[in-house]
Amino acid sequence: MTKKITIEPVTRVEGHGKVTIHQDENLNIAQSRLHIVEFRGFERFVQGRPYWEAPVLVQRLCGICPVSHHLAAAKALDVIVGAGTGDGLTPTGEKMRRLMHYGQMFQSHSLHFFHLAAPDLLFGYDADPAIRNVIGLAITPEFKGLAVQAVMMRKFGQEIIRATAGKKVHGTGAIPGGINKHLTQAEKDEFLHGKDPLNIDKMIEWAQASVDLFKGYHKANAEFIDNFSVFPSNHLSLVRKDGALDLYHGVLRAVDSEGKRILNDVDYQDYGKYIAEEVRSWSYMKFPFLIDLGKEKGWYRVGPLARLNTCDFIPTPMAQKEFEIYKAYTNGKPNNMCMHMHWARLIELLHSAEMIKELLNDPDLMSGELTTKGQKRKEGVGLIEAPRGTLFHHYAINDDDQITMANLIVSTTNNNEPMNQGVNFVAKKMMTGQKEITEGMRNAVEVVIRAYDPCLSCATHALGKMPLDIKLIDNNDEVISELKS
Amino acid sequence: MSKKIVATTSLAGCFGCHMSLLDIDERILDLIELVEFNKSPIDDIKTFTKQCDIGIIEGGCCNSENVHVLKEFRKNCKILVSVGECAIMGGLPALRNGIDIKECIDEAYLNGPTAKIGNPEGILPNDDELPMILDKVYPCHEIVKIDYFLPGCAPRADLIWNALVALVTGNALELPYEVVKFD
Ligand code: SF4
Repeated sequence: MTKKITIEPVTRVEGHGKVTIHQDENLNIAQSRLHIVEFRGFERFVQGRPYWEAPVLVQRLCGICPVSHHLAAAKALDVIVGAGTGDGLTPTGEKMRRLMHYGQMFQSHSLHFFHLAAPDLLFGYDADPAIRNVIGLAITPEFKGLAVQAVMMRKFGQEIIRATAGKKVHGTGAIPGGINKHLTQAEKDEFLHGKDPLNIDKMIEWAQASVDLFKGYHKANAEFIDNFSVFPSNHLSLVRKDGALDLYHGVLRAVDSEGKRILNDVDYQDYGKYIAEEVRSWSYMKFPFLIDLGKEKGWYRVGPLARLNTCDFIPTPMAQKEFEIYKAYTNGKPNNMCMHMHWARLIELLHSAEMIKELLNDPDLMSGELTTKGQKRKEGVGLIEAPRGTLFHHYAINDDDQITMANLIVSTTNNNEPMNQGVNFVAKKMMTGQKEITEGMRNAVEVVIRAYDPCLSCATHALGKMPLDIKLIDNNDEVISELKS
Repeated sequence: MSKKIVATTSLAGCFGCHMSLLDIDERILDLIELVEFNKSPIDDIKTFTKQCDIGIIEGGCCNSENVHVLKEFRKNCKILVSVGECAIMGGLPALRNGIDIKECIDEAYLNGPTAKIGNPEGILPNDDELPMILDKVYPCHEIVKIDYFLPGCAPRADLIWNALVALVTGNALELPYEVVKFD
């Protein structure tokens, strides 16, 4: 008898998925799968649209980090309009986009940690679901301050996005070859010196406090955080040419679980030489891998954990200090502990706040040429480090400026195999020998998915969305235990 | 006055409308004084645990699962509100409505440059666990009765806030021109 467990929907995971877990007759876990059940068809239906629509169209894949899609598409179109890759823009064009991006990082990391992940840590993953959420935080006196802080941090990031992109969700600021507005003096003053708590110094202070909160939690719960889900993998991200963490632009680097370079700072315009995607019949989400290493060994992780494994240093002082502490914990080796993703995320939150401050003090934001262009081209690739990892956009156009091909590899898709591995790891640990799934077990599975991504919605641009059912299935394919949405 | 009960869901949407709901910022703390949340992706409640007063729907219907969830919402909520272009008229995902679904699938899994190399066997997703894709993306009101519509992509946070407060308190809804936007 194999049993099958299904979890759906994954809540506090923005997007729709489903998990099935198969047990053999000895109640051992035979197989676990995270199915992405939505498909949209973006690659096909953007064909024929004028290319300049891409940054506003394609961001509608994901309303949680639309800025990432907005900018990745704009970067691909920079190449097409002859503005070069990333470093070819005017100072104003590049810096306004960077401000938008770090604002987005700041709001998204705050949301991811406080609204979606922290409830599991603060209340316990097996606490009452009615309370195990951000509203639960807000109505629990002990955590109310934290909930208010979470709301205000997200608000600050969203306001930066509004000031640079024109609108909080689905803005229009980035255009092929640059940006369409400057920052005003009033906006700058507001961000730098706004009424407490909505100013950048407070945000930096709170970001540092968030890192400290995690470190304190880790100290008290090291056993859980270190062992909840841990397995070796490759790691991939952009890094600046000198090896610094850079979330907006750089070269493509990958390391293996021991830290050996397996992709050595290559130009991402050539991504197609290095990366391919496998299709499996049970998920609408594809499985990317490094061609050189093949399907079995070539899969990799992206996101905060991967970024801090690939980069050599962080180019802002407070985050660099935290980076050194973080790296020392694994003796400088790549970190393969899933729950450390939150630690890495909060260090990036701090880095983003520091970057925002640096940019706000830059006069280039308030004047200077907005756009540039050069020799037109027929094809372009745009990469960016979205909050949840490397995001690939690739477009080709025809003589009438219509899109003829669009290829998107979103962050969550890059993490498809790691999420499946994580689910399998937790299922083996918690469900071996169990005949019934408890709510706590189900949430444990979700906790590991949430470490990567509360953002399955964008990965489903390929068609279908993701509520998480969990089904326990026996070896006769009978469902013996099921928790449904 | 007992609290009104609110449930929310995202069907074939991008979660941008949910994000816009969160963009009411500190008013979210006032909101939880006014309402109690039931089934919603923001919390951990996966199935309706009681009858709700207001159901907020983001996204249209692109597969059998969406239709099922929407019908559940109609059954369990007194008032349903379509929030955003996707719920109201299919939105961006409905751009596929003029195209054969097979073409969309082939492009994603067979023809795309990275899939072409990685999927020489030509495998397509077709497992029993995956819901049926509908021929078109349908607006919600073509599937069930919808009581109110809030336009925008995403609707402004102020519009969502004003509408919710009006529904919860029973006062007339004031809609200043500036908060109603269609992009
Ligand atoms: S209406 Fe716009 S913001 Fe809302 S779900 Fe649809 S695409 Fe996203």
